Amino acid sequence: MAKTADQYFDDLRETRLWRSIFRSGTGSSTLKRALAIQQNVFLHLFSTKVRTRMLGVSATWYLGTLTLGTFFILVGTGIPLMLYYHPSVPQAYQDTKDLQFVVSSGVFLRNLHRWSAHAMVFLVFAHMFKVFYRGAYRAPREFNWVIGVVLLLITLLLSYTGYLLPWDQLAYWAITVGSNIASAVPLAGQKIHFLLLGGNSVNANALLRFYVLHCMILPLTAIFFIAIHFWRIRKDGGLYAHSSEPAVLRSRSLGNDKGGAIHG
Amino acid sequence: MADEHKVENSETAAELNRRQFFARLGLGSLGIAAAGTAAFAFQYLQPNVLYEPSPIVNQGKPDRYPLDSVTLDVGAGIYIIHSAEGFFSLSAVCTHLGCLTAWKQELGIIACPCHGSKFSAHAGDGRKPGDKVEGPAPRPLPWKRIWLNDDGDLLVDRSTDVQPLARDSFVRI
Repeated sequence: MAKTADQYFDDLRETRLWRSIFRSGTGSSTLKRALAIQQNVFLHLFSTKVRTRMLGVSATWYLGTLTLGTFFILVGTGIPLMLYYHPSVPQAYQDTKDLQFVVSSGVFLRNLHRWSAHAMVFLVFAHMFKVFYRGAYRAPREFNWVIGVVLLLITLLLSYTGYLLPWDQLAYWAITVGSNIASAVPLAGQKIHFLLLGGNSVNANALLRFYVLHCMILPLTAIFFIAIHFWRIRKDGGLYAHSSEPAVLRSRSLGNDKGGAIHG
Repeated sequence: MADEHKVENSETAAELNRRQFFARLGLGSLGIAAAGTAAFAFQYLQPNVLYEPSPIVNQGKPDRYPLDSVTLDVGAGIYIIHSAEGFFSLSAVCTHLGCLTAWKQELGIIACPCHGSKFSAHAGDGRKPGDKVEGPAPRPLPWKRIWLNDDGDLLVDRSTDVQPLARDSFVRI
């Protein structure tokens, strides 16, 4: 009798090589499936078990996942863009033009990077509105909301630092205005302005500092906080479901005891 | 009772002394090293030498500027204004958020394209040149030090503000 594709896959999963990489092994018991999540370095941040209902669209509208998706697109398009872009005053604008008109697929990568950046800002706000209006920020999830606010700020700073890199008129004056807003901070304002630009005006040092912030410091900081953000979902009891709130459960059981329904 | 308590305390202190001493020595050294690293990092982030353009710019011979003219030098970010009282220089950088303003000949006013601040270029209506007419700008456009060098060229020091309408703030020929 001919083997099915699934059987071939099961055979593959029994090989010594496969088992040396994925220790959890084959089988679809609850334990094996939980182990497959728990023993994976990336997936172990998440809960080993999730209600099927929580994986539906209506539970979260996938807004957080979509935000992560745009972040991956931004990293995936940003790294190839770095291969043609020099963060120096004589070259930055010309390199941007080259990416637009000369480099193969350059315009596609640049536009994908740009649109994903816009989409990420939009999705972060949509995600926060959804969390806010569902009340999913409440105890025990307050700290994860704070992490989320940090991630919002990092997202906005990533957009802001990326704005300068094309080194055109829009970029130059936007960063001039933005850095002057930073200098309105009481007492330390002028110092922050000087440190941010690496000088007194938007110039070569400012371009290089924004490039390093945009390509290294802020993305690494974002990854650090994203990891905590996901890990906290598990630690705080999984994805938020209104029906499993302690207060809702209490009022339901109270309602049942009294023989009447209380709708919360 | 009080003595007993005291003895107990000193005994505990003596018992933990060596271990605590080395722990504190280690933590203290780490603390000093961390503070030093923070201080050096803060210094490192501030450039000591800046390759920025000189604040003093040569604006050429005075006869380039006709009487009652307002001339913007886009590169230098200053105006050279030739009024009846003499030549003087205004900063062209908006005091709101640092955009470059422009002289609007047809309106007789200096206007900022970013957020709509307007400044006067000439004295009149109780305003000095540089004073705000409208918009969000918090301060008037500052006057800059201007003088003639030995070759008869107008020089402007963009890093030095001077008193509006003061005698020294004009070049008279």
